[in-house]
Parts: sequence; structure tokens; C-alpha cells
Amino acid sequence: MAALDPAPPGRGPAEVAAGVLELSDLTKRFSAHGRAAVDGISLTVPAGEVCVLIGPSGCGKTTAMRMINRLIEPTSGDIRLDGRSVRDFSPHQLRRRIGYVIQQVGLMPHLTVAANVATVPRLLGWDRERTRARTRELLDLIGLDPDEYGPRYPAELSGGQQQRVGLARALAGDPPLMLMDEPFSAVDPITRERLQNDFLRLHRAVPKTVVFVSHDIDEAVKMGDRVAVMREGRIVQYAPPAELLARPADDFVADFVGADRALKSLSLTRLEDLDLLPAPLVRAGDEVAAVRARLESGELEPLGGTVLVVDPGGRPAAWIPVARLEGQVRVPADAGQADPVLDRITTLRDALSAILESGAAYGTVVDGEGRVTGLVGLDEIGRAIRRPAEVA
Amino acid sequence: MSLLQETWQAYTDPLNDGWGRTVEHIRLSLTALALATVAGVVLGITAAKVGRGAAVVVVTIGNLGRMVPTLAIIGIIVVFFPLGFWPAAIGLFLLGIPPILVNAYTGIRDVDPGAREASRGMGLSRRQVLTRVELPLALPLIVAGVRTSAVEIVATATLAGLVGAGGLGVLVLAGLGNNQTEVILAGAIPVAILAVLAELVFAGAERLATPRGLRITRGLATQRGTA
Repeated sequence: MAALDPAPPGRGPAEVAAGVLELSDLTKRFSAHGRAAVDGISLTVPAGEVCVLIGPSGCGKTTAMRMINRLIEPTSGDIRLDGRSVRDFSPHQLRRRIGYVIQQVGLMPHLTVAANVATVPRLLGWDRERTRARTRELLDLIGLDPDEYGPRYPAELSGGQQQRVGLARALAGDPPLMLMDEPFSAVDPITRERLQNDFLRLHRAVPKTVVFVSHDIDEAVKMGDRVAVMREGRIVQYAPPAELLARPADDFVADFVGADRALKSLSLTRLEDLDLLPAPLVRAGDEVAAVRARLESGELEPLGGTVLVVDPGGRPAAWIPVARLEGQVRVPADAGQADPVLDRITTLRDALSAILESGAAYGTVVDGEGRVTGLVGLDEIGRAIRRPAEVA
Repeated sequence: MSLLQETWQAYTDPLNDGWGRTVEHIRLSLTALALATVAGVVLGITAAKVGRGAAVVVVTIGNLGRMVPTLAIIGIIVVFFPLGFWPAAIGLFLLGIPPILVNAYTGIRDVDPGAREASRGMGLSRRQVLTRVELPLALPLIVAGVRTSAVEIVATATLAGLVGAGGLGVLVLAGLGNNQTEVILAGAIPVAILAVLAELVFAGAERLATPRGLRITRGLATQRGTA
């Protein structure tokens, strides 16, 4: 997933390469004799990877992050971004090159959404046309229509939308590095899961190096390419999530990860990694005669006597029983429901939870454009869990 | 002849010079208000930036301003300065500071800490945070302070007549001295009108100073309140 090369020009907004971030022997003491808030930590985040700093409150994770963009000056040690010390830049210059997303979002309430997103490009002195184009591009990227949402004010948006705009604003200057301080912890669980998935999708399109502070181990396992578990200013373990779950370095990490490690490892696999069940798809508006022919040839195999109707764009509309097609000329456009609809980037843990909650036998898996790619049921998830065991 | 007509005659009488006194009154009030606005905003911002200790000072000044009558301030000034425009202006200036100072301080302090933190994190300098974030957000409250000061100054400027600074107070005093009700009214009614005008003008300014994005917030808050 590491992207050392910048995305080719013209494809996606990433023109600046993600940067390698190195912290070396970083220490911060807030008082001369007190305990160090951050105590000699060293870690390297490869370009384009997401590094989650996690630990109990007061472990120094936020302090460590705030030293990277010099909101806090280190007592000793150094931070290098692409080989250059952050001290080579003035704090303002440095911060304009580092995206910053915080829990409170902190949108300017007196500025429109578009003006908020344009903050850093304006500070960087981009011309009006480039700034405007960039703003529209980012609003599109986060799924907010620029014409509809650009002129709105933050107070007119939901919490989830505000945090999305916060994300767009942080990406606006095309920074090689993003710092995210518990960005999704102030929203409700459903919105949080959507924001997490949106962020992961965004990160694939625009691979930045990310330092992500979290206190939620599930989030860390889901979001991180690497997770640094911190305790009392030190890093106890720095490893990919799978390793963290499989081999906790000590009792503290084991405790922190929790007893349900096996269940948490469901967050390591995404629906796109599974062999999905093919969906019995019929398109709304198709002739029923043609559907019947497909049924007879065996090409279309109904599940429990039902088929999944999709709209002309391939997006799921409803499950309907085959019997309902009797006497109709064309497949009806809407009836019933197709919940739960799951993005293929969803982790098995979130997918399992959604399926159990809905009481449906299958979740409908869709791609980034919302088109159906297949179905997932408890069997598919079960096979994915057993597979590593068989290999071992 | 009705009292109102007599009052109008007294007002337009060249000896009383109602128009001239009105102009004096306005000039004196505006001078004091302008100085009080500059001082109040600068001190308020400084206090908000200095931190917690400054809050005590601000509150004390605010309360002192309410406790000490302007007449006393003018009296004290008159002891040390010659009579005329400036002692009155300085007295009114001191009267006008507290509401503006307290509102500027509160306005800056109340800016969403998240917006401030995000601004700093995005690379705005301290000055840019002040001019692009804090001041625009504090402006409605600052203008509300100016509005309070304006009304107080216009009303109190009547006392300027006592210290030879002119203004409509001269008519009120003359009328009281000669027991001429119509002359008292020729001074008092324009003062009342000016005070109401000041209130209306600055209420309008307050609306203009409130960014659209904030009006929406308040609208939502009201809706939630009534729901």
C-alpha cells in the first residue's frame, strides 16, 4: 500500500508525493524535573502509510503528534519529513505543508464550506482559479456536491458532513503528511464507521502519510497500516495490526488489545478480500420474459426464491420474490429493500455486525460507485475466518 | 400656543441655537465614542490574550465604570483641567470604555477553541488568527458593546453643559435656571431622539457585523429552543 511515487498527473488530486516521517529519540518535558510526557520515542512511518498512535489518556500520543507540526516544541530529539528536519522550516511554513484534522473539526463558522476548504491554498498564495478548482475537486472527493454545499455555512451541515469538510480542508494544500487527532470520536457510531470507510477509500485515491491518534483499539486495527501502542510516554509496541493482535509484546499490550483478540482480527479483513456470493441480479425495467429465460437456463439462480433488483446504474434497489414477477411485463423499479448495503471496503467485523443487526441473511456488497459486486452472508465470513487456521 | 410649539420656538430661537447645540452634542458624543471604541477594543483584545489574570482587571474596570458616576469623573477632571470640550470628552470617553472592553474581551475569549486550534495547525500566524478568525467572530459582540456605550454617552453628554463644553445640556440647564419648561424640553427632547437614533443605528450595525454563518447558528439555536 506504500506509495512512494506520486500519482500520475491528471489522475486524482495527488501531485505531491507522500513523505517518509521519522521521529528520532523524541522527548518532551513540560517541566524541568517532571516525568517526560514523551520519553525518547523513535519510529518511522513509510511514505503513504497510516500510523495509528494509541494508548490510554495521558500516554503522550497527542503530545507526540503535536510536536510533528511544532504546535509543541520538543525538549530533545528530532523529526524529519522526507529527510529534512521540521526545524528547517518556520512553524507557519511547516504547518501549511502538513494537513491537520482535529476532533472538534474547528471549521470557521463565519466562512462558507468552500472558503473553509480554500484556507491553506490561500495561505500558500495559489491563484483564484487554481484554488477554486482544487476546492471543487475536494468537495467532490468527499462526496459533497460543490454547487450545493460549497456556498453553505458549517452550521448548516451535520456533524459527519462537517468532519468530511475538515478532512477536505486538511487535504487542500496537497500535503505529503496528515495529522489526525481522534478525528472521528465526536460522532455517533454509525457516522463514525462511514467516515472511517470514506477516509480509507480517500486514502487509496490520495495516499498520504498519516499519523492518526486514537484511543479506540478497533479503530486502530481498522485504520492503521502500523499501530504504535504508547504507555507513559514510551512506545511499547510498533507493529502492523495483525502482529499486534497475534503477538502482543507484553501484558500491557495484551490487556489493551483486549480478550476478544480473535474477534478483533475480523477487522483485519475487508469484504473485497472475500470470495463473495454472486448476486442474482435483475435490472429494473428489464422484460420479465427475458428474466424468465435466464431462470430457465439456470444462469439466474434465485436465493430463497428472490432476486435482487438493481437500478439502471447497477445500485441495489430491492429484493423481490420471483413469484411477484408473474403477470408483469417489466421488472418493477421499487419494492421492499436491499439492506444492509455494505461498501466492499467494510471490515468483516463491521459487516458481521451490520448483517446481525439487520436480521437479513445476506449483505449486499457494493463498490465505490455503489454498484453491486456480490453478496456476503455468515457462511462467507465464516470461511474467511477458518481459512488462516487451515493454512497454519 | 401649545407647549410643543413653544418648545420648537425655543429650539429655533437664535439665542438658544438648538441646531448648533445639537451639532455640538453629536460631535462631543462621537469623539468620546470613537476614542472609547479604540481603547476598549485594544484593551479587550490585550486582556483576552494576556490570560486569566487579566479577567479580574477587566471585570473590575467594568464594575468601576458602572459605579462611579460620570458627573463625578467630569468634576474631578474639571479640578485639574480648564473648562471646555476636552474635560467633557474625556469623562464621556471613560464612561464609554467598560461596555466595549468587556464585550471585546468576552467576544475574543468565546471564540470556538477548535476553530483557533485548527487555524494555528493550518499555519495561520497569530496575527492572522486574530484578524481572520477571532475578530470577525467577536465583531457582533464588540458592536453590541459600542451600541450600549453610544446610548450612555449621548444621554450623559447632557452634563457637558455644566463644564462649558456646550451641547444640548446647555438648554436644559438654562431652562432649569430660568424656570422655562419649553427651553428644558428644547434640550431634553432632542437628547432623547439622539439616544433612540444611536440605538437604532448601532442595532443595524450589529446585524451587518454578524456574519451570515453565525446568524444561521443563532437561528438554529432559537429553533431548538422553541422546539
